[in-house]
Amino acid sequence: MATDPKDFTAPRYSRRALLKGGAATGVLLLGFTLPFGRARAASAEVFAPNAFIRIDAKGKVTLIMPQVEMGQGIYTSVAMILAEELSVPLEQVELIAAPPSDALYGNPVFGIQVTGNSNSVRAFWKPLRQAGATARAMLIEAAARQWKVPAAALRAEAGAVLGSGGTRLPYAALIDAASRVPPPKDAPLKARRDFQLIGHPLKRLDTPDKVRGRTTYGIDAMPAGVKFATLMACPVFGGKVRHVDDARAKALPGVRQVVVLEDLVAVVADHMWAAKQGLAALKIEWDEGANSQVSSAQIWQQLREASTQEGVVAKSVGDAATALQGDGLVEAAYELPFLAHATMEPMNCTVHLTQGSCEIWVGSQVLSRAQAIAVKLTGLPPEKVIVHNHLIGGGFGRRLEVDYVDKAVRIAQHVEGPVKVIWLREEDVRHDVYRPVYRDLLSARLEHGRIQGWKHRISGSAIIARWLPPAFQKGIDIDAIDSAADIPYDIPHLRVEYVRAEPPAVPTGFWRGVGPNNNVFAIESFIDELANKASADPVEFRSRMLGQQPRLKAALELAAAKSGWGDALPARSGRGVAAQVAFGSFIATVAQVEVDAYGAVHVRRIVSAVDTGIVVNPDTVIAQLQGGLLFGLTAALYGEITIEGGRVQQSNFHDYRMLRIDQTPAVEVYLIDSDEAPGGIGETGTTAAPPAVANAIYAATGVRLRRLPIERALLAERRT
Amino acid sequence: MITLNINNEEHEVDAPPGMPVLWVLRDLLGLTGTKFGCGIAQCGACTVHLDGAAVRSCLLPVDTVGERRITTIEGVGASAVGARVQKAWLDLEVVQCGYCQSGQIMSATALLSKTAVPDDADINAAMAGNICRCGTYVRIREAIKRAAAEPAG
Repeated sequence: MATDPKDFTAPRYSRRALLKGGAATGVLLLGFTLPFGRARAASAEVFAPNAFIRIDAKGKVTLIMPQVEMGQGIYTSVAMILAEELSVPLEQVELIAAPPSDALYGNPVFGIQVTGNSNSVRAFWKPLRQAGATARAMLIEAAARQWKVPAAALRAEAGAVLGSGGTRLPYAALIDAASRVPPPKDAPLKARRDFQLIGHPLKRLDTPDKVRGRTTYGIDAMPAGVKFATLMACPVFGGKVRHVDDARAKALPGVRQVVVLEDLVAVVADHMWAAKQGLAALKIEWDEGANSQVSSAQIWQQLREASTQEGVVAKSVGDAATALQGDGLVEAAYELPFLAHATMEPMNCTVHLTQGSCEIWVGSQVLSRAQAIAVKLTGLPPEKVIVHNHLIGGGFGRRLEVDYVDKAVRIAQHVEGPVKVIWLREEDVRHDVYRPVYRDLLSARLEHGRIQGWKHRISGSAIIARWLPPAFQKGIDIDAIDSAADIPYDIPHLRVEYVRAEPPAVPTGFWRGVGPNNNVFAIESFIDELANKASADPVEFRSRMLGQQPRLKAALELAAAKSGWGDALPARSGRGVAAQVAFGSFIATVAQVEVDAYGAVHVRRIVSAVDTGIVVNPDTVIAQLQGGLLFGLTAALYGEITIEGGRVQQSNFHDYRMLRIDQTPAVEVYLIDSDEAPGGIGETGTTAAPPAVANAIYAATGVRLRRLPIERALLAERRT
Repeated sequence: MITLNINNEEHEVDAPPGMPVLWVLRDLLGLTGTKFGCGIAQCGACTVHLDGAAVRSCLLPVDTVGERRITTIEGVGASAVGARVQKAWLDLEVVQCGYCQSGQIMSATALLSKTAVPDDADINAAMAGNICRCGTYVRIREAIKRAAAEPAG
C-alpha cells in the first residue's frame, strides 16, 4: 500500500493503520503476533518454534507457506526469507501449504489469510525473518548449553551450529534441547551483507514439477470415486431458474444427475465430456429478474452522471479551488471498462460432503474464507471442513472471491460422493467478478511550467465496501484512491475526491493492479497532456516535479536513458513514459509503439526501471514485471467486457482477446539497488503499461486516447 | 473399447465416440498434465502431439486418433528435443503459474522437432496459438532459442 496515514486529511488511515487501529474501531482485524511456543515441546521428536518452521530428528526442515503460490514465486521467496534467517540451504527444505487459520497465518496487513495486493513479501518480510531468527537463536542457545560456552561465541551455518576449532552440531542433534529453550524476544536479524540467499537469483522450487505436468492444481484433484460436473448460472446477473427440461441430458451416456438450484443448473457425470454435453442438452427457462434490461450504455450514462457530483474528499492540500481559477486550466476525463480475469485455469472446486464432514480441494487466494463459506452452508464445525489448498493456475484477484466454492458446495449437497465442479470458459467469462468501470475527471492549472492546482475526482465501485466492510469508512474506498491520494508530484494545491458509483447488476472485484490501475492510467495520461500544454518534454516535465521523490526520479532517469528517450524514430512511431509509486515500489516505464495506417498499434519495446527496495529473488522480480507489463498491455490493447440485456456479451478467448506471443514486444527490466524494505511487485507492471502505451500512441499520432481499450478507428489514417 | 498409444504405452479406454482426447486423458486415464483452458482450440493449454505434430486435444475426437501415437507433457521428456525444451524452460525460469506451460512446451517441442533452428517468425507461427496469461512470452522465445542452441542428445 503506497498510501500512508500521514498523507491523509480524512479519513486518517490506510489499510496498515486500520490494522493497528483495529481494536479501536471495533473491527475484527487481528494484529500479527507470532504464535511462538504454540507447538513447542509438543514432542521432542520435532522442533517447532513457531507456525512456520518444523525441524525433525533427521534434520528435515519443513517450512509452512502462509501465502498461496499462483505463479508469482512466493513459495520460493518466502522459503528464501525463512531459510536465510534459519541458516539452512534452500535445497534442504520442504514446503507445505498452510491450513486455513487467520490466527496463525493471517496476512499482517489484512488480518485474514489472503494473498493479494502485492503484499506477501512486504507484509511477511519482518515476521518471517523474526520467525527464522528466533529458531536460529534457540538452536544456538541449545548448542551453547551443551558445549557450556556463551551463545555469542557460536554461529549457525548450513543447518548446523558451529563452535570454535571446527566443532559442529547439526540442527537434528539439537532439536530436543532447543525445544526447551525459551524463545528470545528480539532475536537478532542478519545484516544485509551477510545474506546468503536473499538477493540472489535462485531457482524456483515449484517449477520442475510444472514443466513435467506433475503439479496438481485444484482442477487436477482426483479423489477416489470423483464425479465431474459443470454448471450454468442464469446468464442475466441475479436471475433464477424457472424451469428445466432435462430429459435429453439425462438420456446421454455418462450423465448421472442434473442438479437444479435456485440460481443455477449443474450436470453431474462420469467425465467432463458427458457433463458438458449434458449441459448443452438442457432446456432451461430463466426468470431473468430485475436486471434483464441492464446495458453498458446505461451503466456508462449512470457513471457519467454520478461523476458530476462532488465526491468525498480523500485528500486536500492547500486551496485547490482558488489555484484552479484563471487562465491555463486543463481538463480531461478518462474511462476504463469492465474486465474479466480470465485465469488460464478456469474456476473449479472439488467437494466431498458426507454426514459429518466436508472435504474441499481448491486453489484460492483466501483459504480461510473458502473454509468459512463451507462452514456456513453445511452447518459443520470448522474442524470438520478440511480444505486442501492447491497451486493456482492464475489468480489475478479472481480467487480472492469464494463464489466458486459456494456453488460447488451447494451442488455437492445434492451429490453422493466427491464431485469436481469445473466451469466452462464461457461460464468463467460470464460470471466473473469484474474489474469495475471507472471514470476520472482531472483538472489542473499550470504556472511557469509547473502544476499549481490539481483536482482529481475518481468515480467507481467501492470494492472494499463489499470485500472488507470494516475498512470502508466515511465513504472512502482506500483501494479506489490508491496512487491518487498519494500522487508523487510536487503540487502545492491539490484535491482528490471519491464518488462511490456502483454499476447496476454487475459484480465488481479486485483485478491485478487494483485501484492504481485506474488512477495511474488517468494521472499519467493527464500529466502527459499537461507536459504538452507546457511545451515540455514528458520526462523532463515529470522530473522537475519529483523533488520529494528521489527514488522515483532515479527510476525515471534510468528508464529514459535505457530506452533511448529522445532518439529519432520513424514516422508514426513514438515513445511514451509513465511514472508511479504503487505497492511500495517506484517504477518508471517507457513504451515504444508504431501505429500503422489502419490504426493497428504495434508495441515494439517496453523498458521499465524499478526501485522495489531490498529484492528477495531478483529473477522473480524481473519475471513479475515482465508478466505484469504484458498483463497491462493485454488490457490496453484488447480488454473490455460489455453488458447487454443484463448479461456479459463476451464468452471465450475469441471475443475476449489475450495478448499472444506474436504481438509481444521486447521487454527490458532494470532493478535499482536499494537498502529500503521490500516493495510489492506482482501488480506494479500491470499498472505501468497502459499509460506508457497511450502516451506513446500520442507521440506517434497526435491522437490522445482517454478510454481503454485502444480504439483503432481513432488512429487510422485510412479505412480498411 | 478404444486402444490408444499414449507416451509409448497402450491404453484401453471405454470412451464414447466423439469424446475429445483432452477428457480421455484427464478424466479416464488420470493424465492431468494436459490442461483444459477454453474448449474451442483458442488457448493451446490442451496441446498434445499426434505422431509428433502439435494438436489441440480439446477438439480432437478420440475415435479419429486410430494408430497414431499420442504424446503428452508426462511423456515428452523421453524425447531428446522434449528434454532439451524442458531443461531450457527451467534454465531460464520461464514458468509462472504454469497452467499453460504444458501446452507451451508441447508446441515448442513440435516446432523444434520440425525446425531445428527457428527464427522469430517461425516461433510466432508455431506459438501464437498458445495463450499465457502470466505473460511469460519473452522467456518462452528465449527458451526456444536456448533449446535450439543446445547440442542434440
